[in-house]
Amino acid sequence: MSETRSGAQIMCEALIREGVEVMFGYPGGAIMPFYHALPEYPALHHVLVRHEQAAGHAAEGYARASGKVGVCVATSGPGATNLVTAIADAMMDSVPMVAITGQVAAQFIGKDAFQETDVTGITQPITKHNYLVTDVNDIAYVMKEAFHIARSGRPGPVLVDIAKNAIVARTTPQWPDKVNLPGYKPNYEGNRRQIREAIKLINDAKKPLILAGRGIQLSGAFAELRELAERTGIPVITTLHGIGAFPENHPLALGMPGMHGWVHNNRAIQECDLLLNLGSRFDDRVTGKTSSFAPNAKIVHVDIDPSEIGKNIRVDVPIVGDVQNVLRAMLEELPARDATEWVRHIHAIRDQHIQKQQYNRPDTDMFMPHDVFAAFTRIVNERGPYRVCTDVGQHQMWAAQLIDWIHPHSHITSGGLGTMGFALPAAMGAQFAQPGETVWAIAGDGGIQMNIQELATIVQEQLPIKIAIINNGYLGMVRQWQELFHDRRYSATPMWSPDFVKVADAYGIPGMRVTHQSQVEDAINAAYETPGPMLLEFQVEREANVFPMVAPGASISDMITETPALTTV
Amino acid sequence: MKHTLVALMQDHPGVLNRVSSLFRRRGFNIESLSVGHTETPGISRMTIVIDSTDTSVEQVSKQLYRLIEVLKVSDVTADPNVSRELVMLKVHAPASRRAEISSLADVFEAKIVDVAHDSLMLELTAGPDKVDNFVELVRPFGIREMVRTGRVAMVRGSNTHSAESYVRSA
Ligand SMILES: Cc1ncc(C[n+]2csc(CCOP(=O)(O)OP(=O)(O)O)c2C)c(N)n1
Ligand SMILES: [Mg+2]
Repeated sequence: MSETRSGAQIMCEALIREGVEVMFGYPGGAIMPFYHALPEYPALHHVLVRHEQAAGHAAEGYARASGKVGVCVATSGPGATNLVTAIADAMMDSVPMVAITGQVAAQFIGKDAFQETDVTGITQPITKHNYLVTDVNDIAYVMKEAFHIARSGRPGPVLVDIAKNAIVARTTPQWPDKVNLPGYKPNYEGNRRQIREAIKLINDAKKPLILAGRGIQLSGAFAELRELAERTGIPVITTLHGIGAFPENHPLALGMPGMHGWVHNNRAIQECDLLLNLGSRFDDRVTGKTSSFAPNAKIVHVDIDPSEIGKNIRVDVPIVGDVQNVLRAMLEELPARDATEWVRHIHAIRDQHIQKQQYNRPDTDMFMPHDVFAAFTRIVNERGPYRVCTDVGQHQMWAAQLIDWIHPHSHITSGGLGTMGFALPAAMGAQFAQPGETVWAIAGDGGIQMNIQELATIVQEQLPIKIAIINNGYLGMVRQWQELFHDRRYSATPMWSPDFVKVADAYGIPGMRVTHQSQVEDAINAAYETPGPMLLEFQVEREANVFPMVAPGASISDMITETPALTTV
Repeated sequence: MKHTLVALMQDHPGVLNRVSSLFRRRGFNIESLSVGHTETPGISRMTIVIDSTDTSVEQVSKQLYRLIEVLKVSDVTADPNVSRELVMLKVHAPASRRAEISSLADVFEAKIVDVAHDSLMLELTAGPDKVDNFVELVRPFGIREMVRTGRVAMVRGSNTHSAESYVRSA
């Protein structure tokens, strides 16, 4: 053990010690010594992406599908700046990730050296923490701290920028067995008194409602949430990132709230007298106008990050802790109750409004995107374990609304940052995390082209990813806003695309184009029956809209449920 | 209302940048910020003054805690405390007005720290209100140059915000 190692070897050994099996990256000058050492460590599988942004999203996809820390690697300067979007994405969605970047040698830092960028400066507001390492002796403990910070408390991205001199230098590594972070002590146990306060509110409420967010998934509180709902009869709304926290085939499941949530959910929020927010951060896409959000409710907010409590929405009972621990403590003392009347009331609202695939279905035989998602929900849930990575736009909202989400962590999307180009690389990471499952990447014609180069990575790594492009010929979500709020002026949203099936073919990936509703199921089944990757292009109605909708900045009481008739010519 | 926060943090490179960047990013309005060493090597102490009418004191404190290096944040506004600022002024002072300026300095217990043929340098360490008053009274003489530090504060009595307890917790 007293043998000396290069910084690069220490980096590799640290990764192995942290349980890393796969990482996504791209080499270059400053990080080259690391890549030189890498083949000595066959336990570390490195995936060569085609753009560093994809390395970041793939690391995220891996983390989101496995719960483990995702790792991405890039060189200094442009390599590191290409990671920035994915790091910001991971920060917004609390994704545990460690990004390793090479930096120019210490003596060149600050001299505008070739491929020097202030990466710790750039990423400071978009990382949970970051490090600049210039001394080989710091690598071992910094790597340990980085993984610890990334995965504990509220997870997030940590960037480790390592100067080339430190990667090259040799030392005898001192492996710490503990981290020494006196200023970092996440609070996992909720305060008992506050929990009792919440129990009292639960007992007294007439119209209680659960809002379940990503915190449930991150803490693994699936059974606890279910027990809470079943013991009390309280219905459960799941946010975009709460999808999978509570099975949508459960009688108490209500689906999504907010901007593209269901009418009955937004109504229920506005009517409820108790809102139990379990691990969601009251994002504006959920709350709409905050001053008129849940006006009649007492609010209990459970979050592991104290700064989320009271940030956007006033809170009556704050509980800082890991939501699984908090729910366990709560369940120890929580008596059963009943909310049948209230649930019946919400269901009545639901029944009044057109549900799921009937939504906004025009009276024509046009091929609606809704048909694709209706088929997905049937087939995907029958065909065994799956992960669906969606991109950003209309198709993302349709997928969230129209697929019946049953399983934890089965829905993977870029929520907080809303990053187009996310789905395809995220699917690569998800496939590495869950090699035995079917991984879908569902993207729009716009978003798929933001990282389409990754088809090459998929082929090189032999990943059997199934790709669905919902091609509406537009940057659809932006076009929808233009239609509804900008006089139908379709500025910079109509979009020409290449022949996606030929593109797939050029990469050696089988493809199929679907132009009629009658072909949808066959195509999806064909994807399952074709070994390896497959690309499906669905040429759907160009101007379909996502409804219902809350206009940006409006109260969630005001929902638009159909396209208003044209008033001008 | 003005709030005074005292924050202890590990003095790693870049920590001041983390704090100031956090304030900018969250749109926090900071009236004054000063930072320096504590009795414990490796730990810095920051005194932050914010106006609670435009910035949430609770959010400032909670967001500071998200920084890994931040050990402790306390709002000392309600505690009896001693707050001090330092001001240095170069005042226009021809021979005819020196006596007047120097007696004003005496009243405020300010020091004359440099004398030139037509100017004086004054130094005053005092509570923020007293410093304000002093500056206003000196202004009519003609202030040629002024530098003023941010506020530092310490709570009275034997309770401490000592950094000692944070040094070795692992
Ligand atoms: C990187 C990035 N650039 C711009 C946007 C703004 N934006 C949000 S949705 C959208 C349209 C997406 O179009 P497409 O991928 O075709 O999906 P669709 O909405 O048509 O389903 C755009 C441009 C974004 N979210 N991300
Ligand atoms: Mg589109």
